Amino acid sequence: MKRRDFIQKTAAAGIFTGIGGTALLSSSFASAEAKHITILHTNDVHSHIDPFPTSDDSYPGQGGVAKRYTLIKNIKKENPNALVLDAGDIFQGTPYFNFYGGELEFKLMSKLGYDAATIGNHDFDNGIGGLHAQLPNAKFNLLNANYDFSNTVLDGQIKPYQVFHKGGVKIGVFGVGIQLQGLVSKKMYKETVYHDPVNISQDIVKKLKETEKCDLVICLSHLGYSYESDKIDDLKLASQTKNIDLIIGGHSHTFLEKPTVTKNAEGKEVLVNQVGWAGIMLGRIDFYLDHANKVNGKGASILV
Amino acid sequence: MRNILFILYGIVIFSFSGCKYQNKNTKVPLAVSKIEGKQLSIEKSLTEDEEIKTFVAPYKDRIKDEMNKVLSYTPNTLSKFNGEYNTAIGNMMADALLEITNPVFHQRTGKNIDAVLLNHGGIRSSINRGDITTKTAYNIMPFENEAVVIELKGTQVLKMFEYLSKSEVAHPVAGMQLTLTEDNQIKTGRIQGKKVDLNKSYFIVTNDYLMDGGDHMNFFAIRESETYLDYKLRNVFIDYFKKHDTINPVRDERFIKQ
Repeated sequence: MKRRDFIQKTAAAGIFTGIGGTALLSSSFASAEAKHITILHTNDVHSHIDPFPTSDDSYPGQGGVAKRYTLIKNIKKENPNALVLDAGDIFQGTPYFNFYGGELEFKLMSKLGYDAATIGNHDFDNGIGGLHAQLPNAKFNLLNANYDFSNTVLDGQIKPYQVFHKGGVKIGVFGVGIQLQGLVSKKMYKETVYHDPVNISQDIVKKLKETEKCDLVICLSHLGYSYESDKIDDLKLASQTKNIDLIIGGHSHTFLEKPTVTKNAEGKEVLVNQVGWAGIMLGRIDFYLDHANKVNGKGASILV
Repeated sequence: MRNILFILYGIVIFSFSGCKYQNKNTKVPLAVSKIEGKQLSIEKSLTEDEEIKTFVAPYKDRIKDEMNKVLSYTPNTLSKFNGEYNTAIGNMMADALLEITNPVFHQRTGKNIDAVLLNHGGIRSSINRGDITTKTAYNIMPFENEAVVIELKGTQVLKMFEYLSKSEVAHPVAGMQLTLTEDNQIKTGRIQGKKVDLNKSYFIVTNDYLMDGGDHMNFFAIRESETYLDYKLRNVFIDYFKKHDTINPVRDERFIKQ
């Protein structure tokens, strides 16, 4: 708020002194300053539209879409340069899904201003056709880079990634999903072909960094936080890739006390976060960006 | 005021020089200097957004009306923990599956279902004494699993009996009779009252989760055919409750240990 006042005043001063265009002035000021991007995220909401009953043993009165919206609106007032993201398993878990097939979930996420989501295994619970039928209710894109939908009804409808422009920052967001075989009936996912998320992620990140010139790269993952086996998870994905700033995870319903800071393939720090399930929590990650020559050699300071 | 304007003027000049500086360095990309991360709790005390509440209300009301519809009645509380090898609730579920799906299967294939197998873990709640509502069906079967008829050779049916003899829980069954000896050996195993013919094919109705090896039911993997009935288990139970104004299932002899 302070900064905006300041820009307005300097712009006015520009006119007063007759020096030149206000747009030029304000943009030069904006780019000279540090930029601030807020990422808000959920995962595995599983059709939990209402708060938990106040009699619930574990989460009395917590969660609910209407309360989440209040929180999102308050944060956006503080910083309008925000993205709202979801890491999949939007569907299944309450009668809202059984009755309306995901219509209400998508409509509400659109009202809440979600910018993108990825696809979880339960989002196939009414079959790939059921997911396809609900797409018109989503005013945001579903992103997935490692499912090949070529021979399905979703062909051409799911983008691998999307680039957002927020407050002078280019943010590349892409999605990766879990191996469906053995987890979802083939009858549901039909001819969807799963590809290794590590290789795909590296290709996409390269594109986002080199072609799209993104300043921030965010991965929406429905792989799961961590497995003891060699099954791919968010921590393994983080350690086997580079140039990802944040992995927003799902599937394992992991309540992290705070976002995990881990190292990527180049030894640089990556954030991995997940907020349990059922819309009980909202993850918030704030990125402050500066021109590279103003950032000290140590890289970003991370406060979690 | 005048002073402030002077200061601003100075900043404007500075900004222009800053701009020039940046123009020379347009390739200097943005880099992250600081990251803050935290988990925010959607607390009970947080105010609900009115617009969202209003939007959800009609969807919510319709579900409530539907869920509270009384479909049937049970004089006794039915729990899956009430019985060692067969339970009243499990018998009801298996019988319901046979009764409701056999006409569908018969109409499509001209054949009849021989037996039913579900899993004990799939009984997701008890049924309380009193009215049975739509909600009851959601409670006992919250998942979307659907009925599927699997054609098994007699040899695989014996594998199924073997699985049941070792599982030591009351998996819901119908159309079959299985008696175990004291040391869990199969004493008798019958389908539709007859010994299993190793060369014959049998039609077993179960759900897609178990067909795919859920609960280690690996014997379903070697099958002659599968027929999806496009009938969710939950809807099978709803239709069964609608058909019977009172249900009063009991434990019986279908799966016992001597």
